[in-house]
Amino acid sequence: MPSDTPTGLLSIAPARSTSTPAWFTTRSNAAWAEFQSLPLPGLKDEHWRYSNAKKIELADHAPAKTPTAEQSKAALAATEGLKERAARFVFVNDTLVESDTSGLPAGVVCVSFEEALKSHEAALQQHFMKGDLPLGSGKFAALHLAHVKAGTVIIVPKNVVIEKPVEIFHWVVGDHAAIFPHTLVVTGDHAQVSVVDHYRSLEGEGGLSIAIADLVGGSGSQITYAACQELADDAQALHLSSITAGRDASVKSFQVQLGAAFSRSESVSDLVGQGARSDMLSVSLPIGDQIVDQRTLQRHKAPHATSDLLYKNALYGKSRTVFSGLIIVDEGAHYTDAYQTCRNLLNSNDAEANSLPGLEINADQVKCSHGSTSGPIADEELFYLKARGIPDIESRRLIVEGFLADVIERFGNSEVLDTLVARIDEKLVRAE
Amino acid sequence: MVSAPDILEPVETEAPDISDIRVDSVGDFTFPERNKFDSGFGITEKTIDYIADVKGDPDWIREFRHKALKVFQEKPMPTHWATKDLENIKFDEFRYYLSDGQKPKRSWDEVPEDVKKTFDRLGIPEQERKFLAGVEAQYDSEAAYSNIKAAVEEQGVIFVNSTEGLHKYPEIFKKWFGKVIPTGDNKFSALNSAVFSGGSFIYVPPGVKVKHPLQAYFRINSEQFGQFERTLIIADEGAEVMYMEGCTAPKFETATLHSAVVELVAMKGAKIQYVTVQNWSSNVFNLVTKRGIAHEDAEVRWIDCNIGSRLTMKYPGVIMKGRRARGEVISIALANSGQHQDTGAKMVHAADETTSNVISKSISIGEGRATYRGLVHIPKHLKGCKNNTECDALLINPNSRTDTYPAISVRGNQHATQHEASVSQVSADQIFYLMQRGLTEAEAMSLSVNGFINDLVKEFPMEYSVELKRLIDLEMEGSVG
Repeated sequence: MPSDTPTGLLSIAPARSTSTPAWFTTRSNAAWAEFQSLPLPGLKDEHWRYSNAKKIELADHAPAKTPTAEQSKAALAATEGLKERAARFVFVNDTLVESDTSGLPAGVVCVSFEEALKSHEAALQQHFMKGDLPLGSGKFAALHLAHVKAGTVIIVPKNVVIEKPVEIFHWVVGDHAAIFPHTLVVTGDHAQVSVVDHYRSLEGEGGLSIAIADLVGGSGSQITYAACQELADDAQALHLSSITAGRDASVKSFQVQLGAAFSRSESVSDLVGQGARSDMLSVSLPIGDQIVDQRTLQRHKAPHATSDLLYKNALYGKSRTVFSGLIIVDEGAHYTDAYQTCRNLLNSNDAEANSLPGLEINADQVKCSHGSTSGPIADEELFYLKARGIPDIESRRLIVEGFLADVIERFGNSEVLDTLVARIDEKLVRAE
Repeated sequence: MVSAPDILEPVETEAPDISDIRVDSVGDFTFPERNKFDSGFGITEKTIDYIADVKGDPDWIREFRHKALKVFQEKPMPTHWATKDLENIKFDEFRYYLSDGQKPKRSWDEVPEDVKKTFDRLGIPEQERKFLAGVEAQYDSEAAYSNIKAAVEEQGVIFVNSTEGLHKYPEIFKKWFGKVIPTGDNKFSALNSAVFSGGSFIYVPPGVKVKHPLQAYFRINSEQFGQFERTLIIADEGAEVMYMEGCTAPKFETATLHSAVVELVAMKGAKIQYVTVQNWSSNVFNLVTKRGIAHEDAEVRWIDCNIGSRLTMKYPGVIMKGRRARGEVISIALANSGQHQDTGAKMVHAADETTSNVISKSISIGEGRATYRGLVHIPKHLKGCKNNTECDALLINPNSRTDTYPAISVRGNQHATQHEASVSQVSADQIFYLMQRGLTEAEAMSLSVNGFINDLVKEFPMEYSVELKRLIDLEMEGSVG
């Protein structure tokens, strides 16, 4: 039967050039074997409850082709980034087409993944994909590791503070093209950095991004990270992030889901040092038939650490969201503060919000809470605005904007805030 | 002692006096078995036929049992989400039916001496005199005693055990039996459907409001035994009834299995309150399926307290089928070392303007583990549904565990749901404050814990809430200091 023959990403083996370091080729080949042997998560898999792993259509996609000169030019023209930035990388179909690191302080390593494989092998060996990926996408992570060749590696030495964000664009071009972007951020003691990843489509049908971000915060350091997914409406997106916060480190991670027919994010925060802090934030604005699938895990492995999660979804049309979050407080992680909040604003009668907020507490002297709400805009709020002469449609837009902006503000960069609010506005117009 | 699956002659034994039996807690005592009917160990087609023969089941029930056995055997253990402790249940090491072959008695004087003493000791006859409208007392597989006050019976209220209900009132029984909880709902509902025996059948005619609670008491006396009672309660239009169940078992060397199925049907405007105080000994696997259907303007309330058992898995549910129907679960769980209370609630909204409320409080002591699992489902094209879920957990010791796994699914923009959970400790300040006023540390802890659940304890009938506080104090003993 021809239909039984694996096609696309199921069968196309990754090609590694001979200049790739041997250890990496070995890991990559092992990952390819693992990908092929692992079964696709089934419907009974708790990590895929209310969702479906088949929404990521592996058989229909192939690794993206090297872009043509025109495609690269078009992508660069469409890249409207931050004015105030420390560095910028633009990738098209996993190929680096522009990099500008002129705003970086001395001593900072900020290179493409390909470059890092040559120049910073030790750091990669130490930090690259060391997380255990416990949220159900082991098979997809193996595929990522098998194919990964693009992305950014940022290593900030001790006490170095980078004020402005590092901005990275990943464009996907062409029919059914798949990209595998990787971001690795490592901070030394008391260093500070802020990184924004953008995932976007230029042209072509479908499109798939299977991205992974590893964020490793050293003692007393600060990392702010945002993944803004604005792929085309018929694309599929998977973003896996694993965060490690060391002693007194503070890591803020932010998921923005605006594009793709199906987008799934898995975010794991490991609080491994005393006094560590992790803020996990997300906004999504699904419309039409879009599905947003969010899985989170806050793991408290050390005492006196704090984690705070706030996910907000504003749903329109026939869209669906799934939020599944878990806080695990390990034995001995006393004096933990862990919070988890998911709020769903349902703006149509066909939208569906599923929430699975979970807690597993094995320690003492813990302050833990989770909250989840799902509901429409309150009549009182609309009345209040109407009483001030604001028409209904505008009131609704303002309320939704305020609802989402509340999260974005916590990200703490005003230019990022303005840009994102503008993008949300554009999408809100489409939603109505 | 392992007995073959053939019919045993009743064994005459001298009933020892209660004062001769050493006990550590209220329910921890046992009398020698004198079972006339014993289905033997393990569960096969033969076991099913044995039970059906002994009980004189009609053919449709026998067939129902056989089908259920197949479903039970086919269904895997739900360990992909539930605790691995389920794998320790050895289905071949249980006996599925034990009885002395006697009909339930209407008077305590006729009840066999040891059974009577059992229930005397548990205070059942005394409670019946004081405040109950009817009592059924089940001993292993069958009811030993069943009585309903004449005044209540005259109103047309039916309160019998499930076997009697099935034989005497087939037209009502058949209509609802297995309809709220289908056989295939889960592995344990299938097991119950295959071997069920005992439990209550209650029918309250339209407009009748039963003033006093009806009570059932479940007692396991035999070792390596599984109790599978089946309760069906139907409150007809505008009727109201409160049902209470209690349960105990002695602590044997080996595990005991209790797997009940409880179905409630509240017709238009009816109200059913179902109160459980579960105090099984700490080696009982208590795997129970409970669900009610609430028709238009009807209300189903589950008031549930779990103190005993090794592992309890119980998620009382309400399907709100008619407009403005209301469902509620009030739940208290206490998990001590060696215990896992995996409890929760399922609220399925299936009509407009239905409302549900879940309030769950758990206390983990020592190495105990309390889990809340919830489901709230509000499907498409409904209007004005509301759910409120609150679950609070209190951890007493450094090794105490608690988990919360709710699932909330909402479609459409005309509903409101909110879920909140918190985990906390009794603060050192609080204890200090109380000790400073002359209480011992244990008293201070007990007072704080009682304060934590006080607003829920009030939901239980008076006699139960006093008992509940006492049980909680008993469990808390030695947990501090």
